[in-house]
Amino acid sequence: MSKKPASSTNSRRKAPKQRSWFQQNQEVAVDSLWRLLAEPGSSLLTWSVIGIALALPVCLLLFLQNMQQLNGNLDEAGNISLFMQMDLDQQALENSRAEIVAMPEVSEVIVITAEQALDEFQESSGFGNALEGLDENPLPPLLIVTPGSEYLTSLPLLATELESRPDVDSAQVDLEWIQRLFAILGFAERVTTGLALLLGLGVILAIGNTVRLAIENRRDEILLVKLIGGTDAYVARPFLYTGIWYGVGGGLVAIFLILLAFTVLSGPLSQLLVLYGNDFSLTGLNASNALALLVTAGGLGIVGAWISVLRQLKKIEPT
Amino acid sequence: MIKFDSVSKRYPGGHEALLNVGFELEAGEFAFLTGHSGAGKSTLLKLVMRMEKASGGQVIVNGKNLNRLSRRQLPFFRRDIGVVFQDHQLLFDRTVFDNVALPLLVAGYSNDDASRRVRAALDKVGLLKKENQNPIALSGGEQQRVGIARAVVNKPVLLLADEPTGNLDPELSAEIMDLFHQFNQVGTSVLVATHDLGLIDTTKHHVLTLDQGRLVQQGRTS
Repeated sequence: MSKKPASSTNSRRKAPKQRSWFQQNQEVAVDSLWRLLAEPGSSLLTWSVIGIALALPVCLLLFLQNMQQLNGNLDEAGNISLFMQMDLDQQALENSRAEIVAMPEVSEVIVITAEQALDEFQESSGFGNALEGLDENPLPPLLIVTPGSEYLTSLPLLATELESRPDVDSAQVDLEWIQRLFAILGFAERVTTGLALLLGLGVILAIGNTVRLAIENRRDEILLVKLIGGTDAYVARPFLYTGIWYGVGGGLVAIFLILLAFTVLSGPLSQLLVLYGNDFSLTGLNASNALALLVTAGGLGIVGAWISVLRQLKKIEPT
Repeated sequence: MIKFDSVSKRYPGGHEALLNVGFELEAGEFAFLTGHSGAGKSTLLKLVMRMEKASGGQVIVNGKNLNRLSRRQLPFFRRDIGVVFQDHQLLFDRTVFDNVALPLLVAGYSNDDASRRVRAALDKVGLLKKENQNPIALSGGEQQRVGIARAVVNKPVLLLADEPTGNLDPELSAEIMDLFHQFNQVGTSVLVATHDLGLIDTTKHHVLTLDQGRLVQQGRTS
């Protein structure tokens, strides 16, 4: 920068060295944090309120995520049983199997011949003797079709398509409970999203109100700073950082609560899942999720603080 | 430095605090503003600081027409003006040093630069040894001197003081006035509002006398 010739009123005023924007922000950020730590009791209380409000929806979301993973492990439940035409011989059955397994939606096809079906039925039904009296096998050959897991939701479509084959008599899907599970999960997801939005709003308001009190407490200082030439940005900055620290502190409390909840729940939940025959591991909060939670919490904090700052600082004018 | 051109100030509710006031204060001048309490001294200072806006007329301070000063420009305008308050307006949650440093912090000075200027200002008012104390531990006269150090630390072109000796005994008052003179001698324009006529040597100073919002007397004898 070139020095311009000083005017008469400015001749005594050397251009002062300025602190950088970054340095000023850093100082204010540290100072705001110290102010919160200087009152550990009330700060911890606020952090806990925010932490609980954040932990609740995050726990529910993680629970849903786990349920969906569980769902992914259950794809064998989405089989289609194809009851074939009675008159198909062994060779024709093998051909049908080859054709169906070649379809992109299908991952596996198991053949159960009419004889195998009969044997199985005799063993498991207790009607063995009665069946021996029949001179003809009344059971059709069966193909059990397992679709790829990504086609699980379009099972009915696949079933209809298979049923239209000439060699298939009828196709049966036992889907109802999966559909119900999906419906419940979808509903739960919606509820969780709504809850997350509401609690997020609650966090914004809680931080906004706390920052409003902080602004009131420093009213004299704000008036003075405005009189000696503090810009609106300068006056607002410490309170925006206060909001961020309330948010981030609340986020840390939330992470602690979530880890605690998962530690307590993982034992019983694993037992429950073993009963369902699943080799299933509980997915908790990973590092990137935790980071996202902290960033979100800090973001909610700055939004809450911003609202208070906009409302309050205009009101505090030196008169 | 300060120019009032038929300035009026009417507060909501109809109270006329200033009526058709006109005067001019040259750069480098030392002026007193006197009158009974309620005569409009504080209102006039508030107009100079742009804490209030004139209802009529023009106020021009440091080359800026305050009627046209935007909210954005206001802080930068105020950085060139030092103010000494009757009740000091010191912050008791920080040291003397930090109180004096506040205008520099606000203006974004580097820490080195700020420290140097704060020490120089405290030295000037004779309180360098008390820089680490809390101002609440100081006497009234000392607190006022901290307020003065804070007002001049940014080397303002204009120094305003509202009843700066209001709560001080005559000896301390004379010390404070002496400080103002020293700043005036290095080029700072000074405007002191006071009802303490004993402080004013009318042969030396520009004196503005207000009565019920009107400028009734204006003398410049230097």
